[in-house]
Parts: sequence; structure tokens; C-alpha cells
Amino acid sequence: MEGYSPQLLDLIPKEREWLVQRNEEERKHGASEENKLELRLGPPGQEEDWTRKNNSTRKINDERSLFSLGYFPNVGQSTTNTNTNTFMIQAQKAQFQLQPTTTPQGLSVMGKESSQSCSTKVADLQNAAEKKMAFSPAPAANTAVPNSSQKRTAPGPVVGWPPIRSFRKNLSGTSSSKPQPESQIVVPNKVSSENPVDSCPKGLFVKINMDGIPIGRKVDLKAYESYDKLASAVDELFRGLLAAQMDSSAGRIQNKRESEKAITGLLDGSGEYTLVYEDNEGDRMLVGDDPWHMFVSTVKRLRVLKSSELSTLRLNSKQEKVPLDADMR
Amino acid sequence: MCLAYMMNYFPEEVLEHVFDFLASHRDRNAVSLVCQSWYRVERFSREKVFIGNCYAIIPERVIARFPRVRSLTLKGKPHFADFNLVPSDWGGFVLPWIEAMARSGVNLEELRLKRMVVSDESLELLARSFPNLRSLVLVSCEGFTTDGLAAIASNCSVTPLGELAIGDADAMVGLILVLAMITPKVALTLFLMELDLQENEVEDCRGQWLSCFPDSCTSLVSLNFACLKGEVNLAALERLVARNHNLRSLRLNHAVPLDALQKILMQAPQLVDLGTGSYVHDPDSDTYNKLKSAVQKCTSIRSLSGFLEDVAPRCLPAIYPICLNLTSLNLSYASLIHSSELIKLIHHCSQLQRLWILDCIGDKGLGVVASTCKELQELRVFPSDIYGVGSAVVTEEGLVAISAGCPKLNSILYFCQQMTNAALITVAKNCPNFIRFRLCTLNPTIPDPVTMQPLDEGFGAIVQSCKGLKRLSLSGLLTDQVFLYIGMYAEQLEMLSVAFAGNSDKGMLYVLNGCKKLKKLEIRDSPFGNVALLADVGKYETMRSLWMSSCEVTLGACKTLAKKMPRLNVEVINENDLIDASSDDRQKVEKMYLYRTLVGPREDAPEFVWTL
Repeated sequence: MEGYSPQLLDLIPKEREWLVQRNEEERKHGASEENKLELRLGPPGQEEDWTRKNNSTRKINDERSLFSLGYFPNVGQSTTNTNTNTFMIQAQKAQFQLQPTTTPQGLSVMGKESSQSCSTKVADLQNAAEKKMAFSPAPAANTAVPNSSQKRTAPGPVVGWPPIRSFRKNLSGTSSSKPQPESQIVVPNKVSSENPVDSCPKGLFVKINMDGIPIGRKVDLKAYESYDKLASAVDELFRGLLAAQMDSSAGRIQNKRESEKAITGLLDGSGEYTLVYEDNEGDRMLVGDDPWHMFVSTVKRLRVLKSSELSTLRLNSKQEKVPLDADMR
Repeated sequence: MCLAYMMNYFPEEVLEHVFDFLASHRDRNAVSLVCQSWYRVERFSREKVFIGNCYAIIPERVIARFPRVRSLTLKGKPHFADFNLVPSDWGGFVLPWIEAMARSGVNLEELRLKRMVVSDESLELLARSFPNLRSLVLVSCEGFTTDGLAAIASNCSVTPLGELAIGDADAMVGLILVLAMITPKVALTLFLMELDLQENEVEDCRGQWLSCFPDSCTSLVSLNFACLKGEVNLAALERLVARNHNLRSLRLNHAVPLDALQKILMQAPQLVDLGTGSYVHDPDSDTYNKLKSAVQKCTSIRSLSGFLEDVAPRCLPAIYPICLNLTSLNLSYASLIHSSELIKLIHHCSQLQRLWILDCIGDKGLGVVASTCKELQELRVFPSDIYGVGSAVVTEEGLVAISAGCPKLNSILYFCQQMTNAALITVAKNCPNFIRFRLCTLNPTIPDPVTMQPLDEGFGAIVQSCKGLKRLSLSGLLTDQVFLYIGMYAEQLEMLSVAFAGNSDKGMLYVLNGCKKLKKLEIRDSPFGNVALLADVGKYETMRSLWMSSCEVTLGACKTLAKKMPRLNVEVINENDLIDASSDDRQKVEKMYLYRTLVGPREDAPEFVWTL
């Protein structure tokens, strides 16, 4: 049905007959009719080849190189998302404009850029400006788009895709490196890296919780240059809270000052509490082994644990679980 | 004389009695439209009220119309809130409803909430104000802490509660509280799932809430805390199970090890629904042997879940005896069970009606499901590795196998790497009975990898074949064509989810024109704009709501729509301060949510929500 033109999108009554007929044909011929669909994807200059499945091998290889970004089982690359989304959407628009003379050029430029940018980074689909350009119906957008796709090198998954609840994203409890949920929030116009907190120049705030204290705090790691400074900050943060907690659990109201005790020995195991952290792989680690800047780049959150409980806790989720004392806390 | 005329002469008590047989609120709504007297009888006799959008009406008017309401169901946020597309303080507060009902002396027995914000204050007011409250269901709600929970638990001994079940949370503070009565006595079901901690979450309480149930509480029917992150007081747990002989459903969290499970099962052979915690032990140990014999005594278990975090494959055979009787199996949290072990397990599950599983089962595993689970009605396959580094995923082959092997299949949620038109067409032929069909390709715009075509034809076949389809979620590369098919064929469709699909306004127009029963339409990242939005403004009053985000709709069009349709609330959600009063009308709106309402703009909208 090569003569088939934009009437495709005319309103329903006209379509009905065609579609019924078409469906029957499909059932007879399998999917061969699909090749005659208006919309085609693929590299320019190969449009004629699209309708012939005989050339499938070469064509598919070429297609695969364009779309070869981790979403086909044969391809071993481990890229996660791709900007083929962009490419495909743009390709659709281009094809749909029925301007075979201009599209090949536009698409071929895009094609090269796509594969380049795909191999390194992941598209930021949430980048408002570029996306809107992609959807723009104006034919001129075809030529404008290649430029914008160059800019679309920012990595980062799409917000809310795949559409699963957040708790499912954290499920695989192994140490495969995966971004924490926060990194899924793609901020427009920012280049997000694997550690999204780094992209914020102002500070590196991580949560810190302490055993026995129900309310957590946050610390800005950029404010400290060393482990010692961090340890003393932790002491300051929690000393008062710890004292208050002990007072309330003892059922007495006491002047906080009198019963505040310094929290010491966080780093060397000598104190009542020890500082641990959770890294970007989800593992719990003792604070202090890495150089400070390395620590800052991998830490996700901090915890102040009772030193006595360290040996009974699993520090790595892969290890067989040591039976816990039944009486926790 | 026609029957309707005769009916009018029936005493109202008779009418009321007849209406008692109408269970669904839709039927009751229809009945109340017949005439004034039917309206009156119906409104005084309605006990269960369903409000699909809490902002469509205010509580006072609901209570005024249905003074005898005993059971209220409320839904708050739009569905896309589950995927972080709606800011958390958008709205959906239950407190005004509870306050209004408390003030009016409503005899509330059951409250069911979905995607609403439930504060501790609300819970406390709820517990205090309604002495006959026996059922509280919160699905995907947020806003309260385990403090609120402990308060309710403590009140349990005083107020005659029924079942209290909290399950199925979402990431923020998702707590489902299901409270339903099984016996007239105080029967308590605690079903608790809290999955992630917000900054100021009260952590410490999580171990202690179990102890809030007094020793006198012996009527626990269901206890589910599978997704709670924290440690649990195992001794308290064991004691609780031991004294609650009516316990039917028990779902543990990861902190409950296998040896504790064994002791618990010894005390509760009457269980119908079991969720294990972590499941790892030495299979050659005494404990494991004891577990095996305990399991064999649990002949009533019909529903199984769990296997959280740690799983020892060699310990799985202990549960094979349960598998024979299972009708429901949820392994969607068991990311550490290898597909070969899953397959061995499935081989024993010939009675399954509902299966939730991770995609690491693979196509081959789904083939085993297809050949084993002939009673299967609902299947959900969740992604285990969405960051794409693994190779264990499912493709169209698995879906086709299932459709061929499971003739009773009517509901599917399927996350997959890829899909083909041919497969979808085959599935459509094999399973014309789908009520819910939700497909999600991990790459949202992936074409058919064999033909490189969009998936229009495949989904077209689905809507054409499944004449009873009520819910559809699309993904993959899609053009306006698929919407043409949907508009033409999906006559019963009530909910449609669209993402990254379509080429032009025509796509959306096909759906709006064609789907007469459409109630909810949610669209993201698709090129639908003002023409589609404004073509048939009256349509939106026949629907509950429309969500459009990252589309082509402009502020001006939203304003026009709002002006034309005073009985719609058109909300522009403006998180990044992109739009303000001085914005150009030509500016595109990032997130728009509109819904029909009888009460105008809501008063509790936060700053970033602008009702036009």
C-alpha cells in the first residue's frame, strides 16, 4: 500500500474498512503488511530496503548498530537507558513529514551523533527544551534537532520509568552497583553523574542516624576535611539528643547539661559507639579505611552504631546471616 | 400498568429492601437518578459510599446526602504519584473527612483510603471518635509514623476493632492498614509494611510497636510487616503468635530468621497466608528439619510470599508441600532466588491463580508457569534489574507462552525487555478475556525488534480481541495509530496509561472521541497539545480525571479550559517555579491534573499547585 498517504490519520469511518481489510490481510500474510505502514524507522537511504525483508540481515545489523544500546538481548553492552528514544521519536516525526529529500540528511546526522552519544552517556529525556523540540511538528525541526541532540548527552534515567514503586527499585540486595533512588530524580539542565550529590556545588549532605535516637540528622561532609572533624561533629550533633533520650527513657526530667556525655572513640572502636557508613553499592562499611576524599565520593549515609553490636550485625548482605540476639534494642 | 409506575406505590421500606441487593455504588447511583422518591430512599439507605476523588466533593455534602454512611472509601492522589511524578505535599488529606464525620456523629465502621495523606493526628482522632470502627484500609498512603500506629494498637484493647491490616506500601511512608472484621469479637489483623524512612521517621518505635499489643490481645487474625526495614523483637513476636490462635495471615520481615520462622509455624499451623522473612539456614541442621515438619502441618496455607533479602536455595524444598495448595504466590520481593530455583518451586504450584514474580524467572521459567499453572488468572512480572546490567529478563516469548498455557488469564502486568507485534497479536488471540492489560517495556519507546515497527498493531489486536478490557497501559514505540485502534475498539476501557507515545493531537483525540467509558486518562511525555485538550471539553465531566505531564499543552489552553468548564478543577503543578502569574500563555505546562468536581477549587492546595 505504498500509495497510502496521510489519510491514515483521517477520522474513523473511512478508516474502518481499510483496517478491517488490513487486519484480515495481516492474518493471512503475517506481519508482512506492517512493512507498508506509513511510519518507518531507520537510517536514511535504506527506506527502500525497509519493505523487503530479504535484506533483513544487513538491515538488521545496521539497525542494531543504531539501536544497539542495551535493549536487545544479543547486544552485550551494559548501557542502561539510551537516547534512542530521542532518535526514534525524531525519526518518526521526520518520516511522518513525508519529506524524503530532507530527512535523509537530517537523520544521518542524527544517526551518527546518536551512536556517539549513546555509547557514552544516557539521554536526559527530561530536558525540557530538547524534548519539546523533538516533538515539534515543524519540519524545520528536523535540521535543528541534530544540534540539540548533541547537547543531550547528560546521563540519568527518566523520572518515574519504569513505572514501579520506589521500594521495588531497591530490591536486589546484592552488591551490584546501582544508583540510589535519589539519583533517579533527573534535574533539568544539570549533568548528573553516578553520584548525584557531587553535582551540587554547595554541600554534600548525608543523613546520619544514631542507635537509640529516633530522629536523624544531616551532615554536610564538605564542611569537614578529615575523619576527626567529622567525628567531633557527630559528637556535637548527637550528644544532646542522646542525653535527652536517656532521660526520657529513664522517666526522669533532668537538666540536659548535667547528663550530657561526650561521644568519643567513634573511629577506632574504643568508644561506646562506632561510626559506619553505607556506600554507593549498598554495603555497610567502617568509617576510616579510605582516604577522606574517596570516602566522600562513595558515602551515601552514615550511622552511629553501638560498638557492642558491631559483631552481630551483617556488614555485607551477601554473608550468611548470623543469628541475632532475640532481644533487639 | 408499567412496572415503574407500580413501583412508586410500594412503601419505601420495600424499595429500601430491594436496593439492599445493590452492592455496587454504580448501581446505586443509577437507581438514585430514576425519580425523586427513589433518590430519597436510596440516599437514606446507602451505607457504603465510594468517593473516587476526594476533591470532587466535600465531606459535609457527602454526609448530608448519605447520613447513614458506615463505610467510606476515598482516593486522593493521581496514580502517577506512585512513580514520583506528583510532589509529596500535593494534597489528599484525610483529616478534614475524619473531622467532619466526627462532628456529625457518623457511625463509621469502615474507612478505606488510597493515596492519601494520613497524619498521626488523623489516626488518633479516628481511634477516638468512632467506637464501632472495625475496618481501616490504607493503600499507598503516607504521612504518619509508627507512633500513630502504636496509638491505634493501644486503643485496640479499648475499642472493638476488627482486623487491622497494613500492607503494600510505597516508597515514602506507604502503609496499608486493612481493618476488617472477621468475627463480632475483637479480631485484630496487623499487616504492616513500611519501606523507606523519611528524614524524621521515628525509627526506634519499629521494634517496639509489637509490644504495644497487650497480653490480653488474643484475637489477632493477620499480622503482616513484610516490608518493614527494622529489627523486630523476636521474643515478643513469638509470644504474640503463640497466644493468638485465630491468626490466619502472617507476613514477616527480613529481620525474622528461619529459626524464628520454624518456631512460629509450630505455634500457628492454622495459617492461611504466610510470608517468610529471610530464608537462610543450614539445610543439614536440626532447625531445618524442624521447619520441614512444621510446614507439613500447615495444611491450610493458600498464599505464600516473602523470601526477603537472604535465601538459601537448598532450604527451599521445605516449602514444597505448601506449594501444592497455593492459590496465590508472591515472589516479587525475592530477588535472590535464582531462576532455576524458582522453576523448581513453580513445578509444585499447580493450583495457582495469582502469581507475582520477578523477571529473573526468564522466558523459560514463564514457560514452566504456563505448563504448570492452568488456573492462573493474574500474573505480574516485575523488573529485577532496571539498571540494565543483567541479562535475566523476559521478552515477548514468555508472555506468549503464558497466554497459550493459561486460558483463564485475565489480568497481567508485564515488565519486559522487548515486545513484538506478532507476539501481542498471538496473545490477543489466545486470551480474549483480559480485563487488565499492562505492558511496560524497560525502554519506553522500543520498537518491535524484529520488524522495527511501532507496536501499534500489537496493541490494536489486544483491544480488538479483548472486548471486556477495562484497563490498559501502553509502552514501546507507538504512533497515533494505536490510539485510533483504542478509540475504535476499546469500548469498555476505563483507565488508560500513556507514556512516550503518539505523534500528534490526533492520537489523544481518537481516545477521547472513541472510549465512551473512559474514567481516567494519564499521559506523560507525549506530543499531545492544545488542540486535543480543547476539542471536546465536555468529555472531561464524564471522566474522573486527566493527567498530562511533559506534553505540549500550554498555560493558555489550560486557562481556556478552566474558564469554559467551571465544574472542572484544572490544576497546574508548578514545582520548579517555571510558571507564575506573569507567565506567557504560550508557555508549556509541565504537569497538569484536571478532575471534575462539584465544589470548585480546593482550599488546601500548596503553593506550587495553581488551580486555574
